[in-house]
Amino acid sequence: MDYATLLQLLDSTLRLATPLLLACLAGLFSERSGIFDIGLEGKMLAAAMASGAVAFLTGSVWLGLLAGIGASLIFAAIHGIASITFRGNQLISGVALNFLASGLTVLIAQAMFGQGGRTPPLEGAARFNPITLPFAESVQGVPILGPLYYEVISGHSILVYAAIALVPISWWVLNRVGLRFAAVAITGILCGLAGAYMATALQAGFGREMTAGRGYIALAALIFAKWRPVPALWACLLFGFFQALALRPDVVEAVVRVKVPVPFLDALPYILTVIVLAGFIGKAIPPRAGGEPYVKER
Amino acid sequence: MDRLPRWADVVLVPLVSLILAAFISALVLLAIGQSPVEAFDVMVQGALGSAYGWGYTLYYTTSFIFTGLAVTVAFHAGLFNIGGEGQAQLGALGVALVCLYIPWPHWTLALAGATVGAAVFGAAWAAIPAYLQAKRGSHIVITTIMFNYIAAALLVYLLVDVLRPDGQMDPASARFPAAAALPTFNEIPGIRQFYAVMGADGMQRVNAKGELMFTGVPANVTLFLALAMAVVVWALLWRTRLGYQIRAFGKSEAAARYAGINPTFIIMVAMLISGALAGMMSVNNVMGEAGRLLQNSSEGAGFIGIAVALMGRNHPLGVVLAALLFGFLYQGGAELGLILQVPPEMRIVVQGLVILFTGALDMMVRMLLTRMFGLFRSQRLGAA
Repeated sequence: MDYATLLQLLDSTLRLATPLLLACLAGLFSERSGIFDIGLEGKMLAAAMASGAVAFLTGSVWLGLLAGIGASLIFAAIHGIASITFRGNQLISGVALNFLASGLTVLIAQAMFGQGGRTPPLEGAARFNPITLPFAESVQGVPILGPLYYEVISGHSILVYAAIALVPISWWVLNRVGLRFAAVAITGILCGLAGAYMATALQAGFGREMTAGRGYIALAALIFAKWRPVPALWACLLFGFFQALALRPDVVEAVVRVKVPVPFLDALPYILTVIVLAGFIGKAIPPRAGGEPYVKER
Repeated sequence: MDRLPRWADVVLVPLVSLILAAFISALVLLAIGQSPVEAFDVMVQGALGSAYGWGYTLYYTTSFIFTGLAVTVAFHAGLFNIGGEGQAQLGALGVALVCLYIPWPHWTLALAGATVGAAVFGAAWAAIPAYLQAKRGSHIVITTIMFNYIAAALLVYLLVDVLRPDGQMDPASARFPAAAALPTFNEIPGIRQFYAVMGADGMQRVNAKGELMFTGVPANVTLFLALAMAVVVWALLWRTRLGYQIRAFGKSEAAARYAGINPTFIIMVAMLISGALAGMMSVNNVMGEAGRLLQNSSEGAGFIGIAVALMGRNHPLGVVLAALLFGFLYQGGAELGLILQVPPEMRIVVQGLVILFTGALDMMVRMLLTRMFGLFRSQRLGAA
């Protein structure tokens, strides 16, 4: 594998890690405040559909983003009401919301656009387009670091940089705010960003089940990172790298020197997730009150 | 807070949850421009209005009994097995291998063999997440979800590259031999009369070979296997030492440990049984209906098991009734698609709503009912 291929891989790693990172930070807020959230997946999916639809109708990706956040917040609110106000089972509530999102997104997209449950393709200002960072072109000639800056670090959509900037911000906020409803709302916003990114930056529109388990992989990354923001960044980059590998069968085959079936590559991120969960983390100790409804002492 | 009477707890709470879920579903239908009344009418007609409809409703019910029981057994051990879908797909592989590579003399033997094959493959798929939960503390919800995705990829690979006969285009296994076909309702004496094809003269029609004609439906003898398994699960959970241990472990892990119950053993056994039950649903669809292994054979039935178990209050009798309800929703939903062009995802929405109201918003319904009962009680006291 040469340097150029490596840079391409790292570039897709960053693109694919972004929704994972946003969802992972979302899970972080929720779980640090004691609400398990299996429903990251559903919130992302709802946000992806809403942002894809609104971005198409208005032609503005920013309105799409707002709609995505709004849809995700509605789901977060239901989860909050079920698990905080009515002290319901948080796992079950999350699973229910995932099914709701899975079905509703397709139903609504079909009712609105009649294209088999997807939103029409987005282009131009209806998408988050890549930004070229300053000096990217001029330093391209510098050996090793130049192409790294140009290929990997520059040329992503604004949400990629926002996601990374959210890591230190999350760290700062976590040390101050702790209220459960606030945390659930933040979770909603972050999942909204993640879903909007999926539909308006990573791809050009919403397709059914487009999140493909990313909400769950983000949870695995969260456990891997032991519920801390900065390790979460590394964990998500790792899982993003797995997904980038799955997209490049030629590279994988060149490295292992055996023909690898495509379904195996599709399954690779999930298999590696299980291996990571099983092996490398030592004992993962979740936040103490996780999953337990909080009742004020009288 | 006042306690609800037992009958209200068992009957009224699920019923109110169901009504709430139905109400929101009606709103969803209105939102996508359909009439809920017309939709309900189509569903009842299509699922329950004819023997033909029942032949499909009971076919779906059979699958959901298995997956509902699977989730129930894991729930009693305090485990949330969300991997029924993957376990069912592996069970389907077990069924296909048993049917394709063993020459069965008669369907009864084939049924027994396929059931064992399905159970073993389903259990094996549940074994890894169970072991990781027991030994490494890996979150079983996440690992079983990952295993669903891995199972789907594995089956794509096997169907495209391994099991597909030469010269066949679609990714599916070869057809099973005729001796491995299970009798469907239109072939079982006593039941098949409901499916007689009548001519204009009021006589049953006869085909070219002079045999009486019946309308084909997918419901098959596996239904009786499913009902038998419901009894077995009930006996296991409430009439055996193992069942007692599973339930004790599920109620309080610490107390169970103190009482000398081995947590690793219980997690493994409960998940193996759960996986085996989920796998066994594939006898119904793969052997009973399709007669060959297709991609995504379980079609989400593994996930519906969650809704069925919650709705059925984690009791085998409740599971059977809830499975019938979901069988109705499924067949009715298919009719909605045919007649009113409602996308099949409507079924997933209803499923999500039922899980939400019966599982997560249980307390809300309970609080509501408790308050209403309280009102009745104080009125009666006031009258006296």
